Amino acid sequence: MSEKKYNSLKDVSDVIISTRIRFARNLREFPFPCRLSIDKKCKIAGIVKDAVLNGNSAISDRFQYIQMSELTQEEAVSLVERHLVSPEFISDRQGRGLLLLDNESVSIMINEEDHIRIQVIKSDMDLDGTYSLADKIDTLLDEQLNFAFNDNLGYLTQCPTNIGTGMRASLMMHLPALKENGAMGKISASLAKLGLTLRGMYGEGTEPGGAIYQLSNQVTLGISEQEAIKNLRDIAVQLITQEREARDSLIKNINIQDRIYRSYGILHYAKLMNNKECTELLSNLRFGVEAGIFENIDLSTINRLFIEIQPATLMKNIGKKISPLERDSIRSELVRTALLQQKIPANRRLEN
Amino acid sequence: MLCQSCEKKQATTHIKTILNGELKEFNLCHECAQKLGYGSFFGNIGLDLNKLFGSFMLGSSEKNTKLCKCCGSSFSDIAKSGQVGCAACYDTFFDELMPSIQRIHGRTTHIGKLAHSAGTEARIKNEIMKYKNELEAAVKAQEFERAAEIRDRIKELEKGAAQNIDNK
Repeated sequence: MSEKKYNSLKDVSDVIISTRIRFARNLREFPFPCRLSIDKKCKIAGIVKDAVLNGNSAISDRFQYIQMSELTQEEAVSLVERHLVSPEFISDRQGRGLLLLDNESVSIMINEEDHIRIQVIKSDMDLDGTYSLADKIDTLLDEQLNFAFNDNLGYLTQCPTNIGTGMRASLMMHLPALKENGAMGKISASLAKLGLTLRGMYGEGTEPGGAIYQLSNQVTLGISEQEAIKNLRDIAVQLITQEREARDSLIKNINIQDRIYRSYGILHYAKLMNNKECTELLSNLRFGVEAGIFENIDLSTINRLFIEIQPATLMKNIGKKISPLERDSIRSELVRTALLQQKIPANRRLEN
Repeated sequence: MLCQSCEKKQATTHIKTILNGELKEFNLCHECAQKLGYGSFFGNIGLDLNKLFGSFMLGSSEKNTKLCKCCGSSFSDIAKSGQVGCAACYDTFFDELMPSIQRIHGRTTHIGKLAHSAGTEARIKNEIMKYKNELEAAVKAQEFERAAEIRDRIKELEKGAAQNIDNK
C-alpha cells in the first residue's frame, strides 16, 4: 500500500464531502407560513423574488426563479437528491418558490417552514467561506425585506427550535470505518450533549445510506454564529481523527479488503444496480480510495456519482420517465463509464 | 388512523421522506417510529418538542384564552402544532413560550448577528464585539499580522459609530 495520502488536517476531503450553511428568516409583516393562505404565500414569493432578482448584488442576475408547483415530480425530487431543497419543501409545492444560483451553490427556499431559507453549499470543508457568502446574501435581503427580529430572541422563526441566529451549519461526512465499528450510536449520543447532531444524508429522519452523515449544530439561541461554527469545526476535527484511526486498523482486515475489492469489481462489471446497492458499493469504493487502495480514482467523481445515480436525478438527466429496471441498467452504465474515464494506474496491483 | 407498520396501534407520527426517488408519507405509532429511527420529530434537535409543548397544554393553555392580535393564534394552537403563528406571537405568548425555549436551547438571550431593524448603532457595536473576540483569539494564537488587521478594522468601526451618534 502506498504512503498515506490523507493524514493532515489541511486536506480532509477523505472525510468531509461538503459544507452547508442555512439561515431561517421571516418577513416581519406577514404571519409565518403555517398561518398563510396559498394567495398570501404567492404574494410573499413575489416579494422575495423581486428582492433577489432586482437587488443590487453582483450575483442578482445569476439567480433563476422556479415556481415549485410547475415542476414535474422527478424535477422536484431531484432537487432534494441534489441537496438543494428539503424533503419537506416538495411535499406540498403550492405557493412555494425557489431561487437557485446558476452553479447551484446557493438556493433560497420560499415558504418552506419559514418564509425564507437561505442555503449555501460548497464541496469539501469550507465553513468560513460558506458562512461568509450566506451572511452577505442575508444582509442584502434584510436591507430590502425587513426580517422579523427581536432584541432578546434574535431572528424569529416558525419553529422555536430555530430562533436566535436561525443558522444551521452542517458538514456532510463519510464515516465508513466508524459505522463499521458500531461507534456511531455512542458518538451520536455524546454529540447531543454538546449541542450538535448527527443525521443521515438527507437530514431529518433519513437513514445514513452509504455511511454518509450530516453533522450540524442544534442550538441557535445564546450562541453566536462564529462560536457555533467553531464548535462544529472542533468536533469535526475529532471525528476526522477518529475515523482515520479506525480506517487504519480496519483496512488491515481481509474481510474489509475483500468487500472493497468486490465493490470495485461489481461497480465496473454489473449490468443492473439499484439505488441502495449502488450507494453502498460507491461508499465501499470511496473507503478504498480514502485508505489508499485505489490511487487513481478521484473522490470528487465518487461524490458526484452519489447524487447522479439517484432515481429522480437520473431520469431528469436523461429527460424521461423510465421503469426501475431501465434505471438500474442506466445507473450501472453511468457508473462504469465514469470509473473507466478515471486514469488507469500503470501499477495497479490487484493481486495484492 | 392505525399505524402502517404494526397495524395495531393508533398512528401518532407522520413521516415524510424520500425513498427510491419518490416522496413517501407514512403514519406510524410512537413505538414503530422509534424503532424505525424516527424517534425525534424535530430530528435536528433531538428533543421531542411536541411533548414539551404537550406538557404545557395540560397546564397553562387550557385556561389561556388570549389570542395573538396579529395572526389570531391561541397558545393551544401553538402548543398543538409546535408552530408559532407569527413574529408577534413571541411577544404575546412570551411567558408561555419561554420555559420550552429555555429547555431547547439552554439559554434565553440572543447573541450574534443583528438584523437591519436593530439599528445601525447596535449593529456596529455588535460588529465591534465580534472583532474584539477575534482579536483576542488572534493574539492568543500569536497571529500578530492578523491581529493588527482586525485592530484596524475595529478602529474604523469605532470611528463610524462615533459619526453615527454625531449625525443624530
